[in-house]
Amino acid sequence: MYEFEFERPTTLADAIKAMGAEDAQALGGGQTLIPTLKQRLAMPAKLVSLGAIDEIKGVCKADDGALCLGGGTTHAVVTREAAVDYPALAALAGNIGDPAVRNRGTLGGSIANNDPAACYPAAVLGSGATVVTNTREIAADEYFTGMFETALGEGEIITEVRFPVPEKAAYQKFEQPASRFALVGVFVAKYVDGVRVAVTGASEGGVFRWSEAEAALSGDFSAGALDGMAPPAEGMMSDLHGSAAYRAHLVGVMTRRAVVAAG
Amino acid sequence: MPQVSMTVNGKPASGNVEGRTLLSSFLRDTMGLTGTHVGCDTSQCGACVVHVDGDAVKACTMFALEAEGAEVATIEGQAAPDGTLNAIQAAFQEHHGLQCGFCTPGMVMSAAALLKDNPKPSEAEIRDYLEGNLCRCTGYHNIVKAIMAASGQNVGAIAAE
Repeated sequence: MYEFEFERPTTLADAIKAMGAEDAQALGGGQTLIPTLKQRLAMPAKLVSLGAIDEIKGVCKADDGALCLGGGTTHAVVTREAAVDYPALAALAGNIGDPAVRNRGTLGGSIANNDPAACYPAAVLGSGATVVTNTREIAADEYFTGMFETALGEGEIITEVRFPVPEKAAYQKFEQPASRFALVGVFVAKYVDGVRVAVTGASEGGVFRWSEAEAALSGDFSAGALDGMAPPAEGMMSDLHGSAAYRAHLVGVMTRRAVVAAG
Repeated sequence: MPQVSMTVNGKPASGNVEGRTLLSSFLRDTMGLTGTHVGCDTSQCGACVVHVDGDAVKACTMFALEAEGAEVATIEGQAAPDGTLNAIQAAFQEHHGLQCGFCTPGMVMSAAALLKDNPKPSEAEIRDYLEGNLCRCTGYHNIVKAIMAASGQNVGAIAAE
């Protein structure tokens, strides 16, 4: 690792101030960033740890029924505390990485990084959630802008993510067996006004909504409504774990499984 | 260099570290607690698992300065001061839950975290929980047996895989 200055503020206000420094980088749980630093793939002048800021941690319910998760909330806490209100989201969080990773990794860290094979982006986009930062609110549809790319600006910190709670939902992940990242993961959520389907792990553009499946499921929420359907292979990732065509096929399979799992 | 202070195995511990000093390096190099093993250094193998404020974490994937003020528990604090092994360690010995022993500190610390939340885990729950702890010797079978035994359960029923 290259050297850097380390700061660990205890308030959001101090964190925002610290992020004003040149080449400052926010540190969530570090489960992706620390390995990245070890490989010298990043060289921030300053790391601002968000781990001691209690005001961006925790799970609560908004007046409109949405579930609000602090950006600094670990996967382990989401698994425990969202289990009653949003079981599909809790289950997704409880299957990220391994238990020790889930005790450190955070929601904000995951979606700020926007790894194309991460689980959380599928839940955030699939729920039509709102990403709240220290300066503004960003709709999920505007937030994810490409592989490892988001709408976040310099020094912007994710303070909260608000998830509207669906009537039913489920996430199904086909794990890449070594890394346990999603080779393909699909989050399906049925709301009063329609169904959302978000796919991670598959596309070169990062997480995306599969609109044909959404239209079919909004008319008939059953696996049968997706019979024989799969998105085009064009634009899907292709590597030694799976070709573009294989990933496209898996999207269809995992979406049908998610619909069945949602019940 | 900044100073960091924490509690390690119930005793105050402090030292000067760089921002980039990992918790695993602080424990091993500054504190001399070399029981926390660094296997992969890429947060995959779990040999470096310790508890920070009661939660199992990979000490190679956390900065020492992030543990400021925390209660840290390592493998060195598991046995009684007179060297008597705790129930999990004793069960690993009894059921031959280790061969080379390199992964064992992490296995024992992960097992302790599991049993704290789930005192009678099923075989499937144990295997699932150990997802982030790699062992290249045992095939996991005797590790699972040891954890079943440490939780006071019958190990006879576990099928070999």
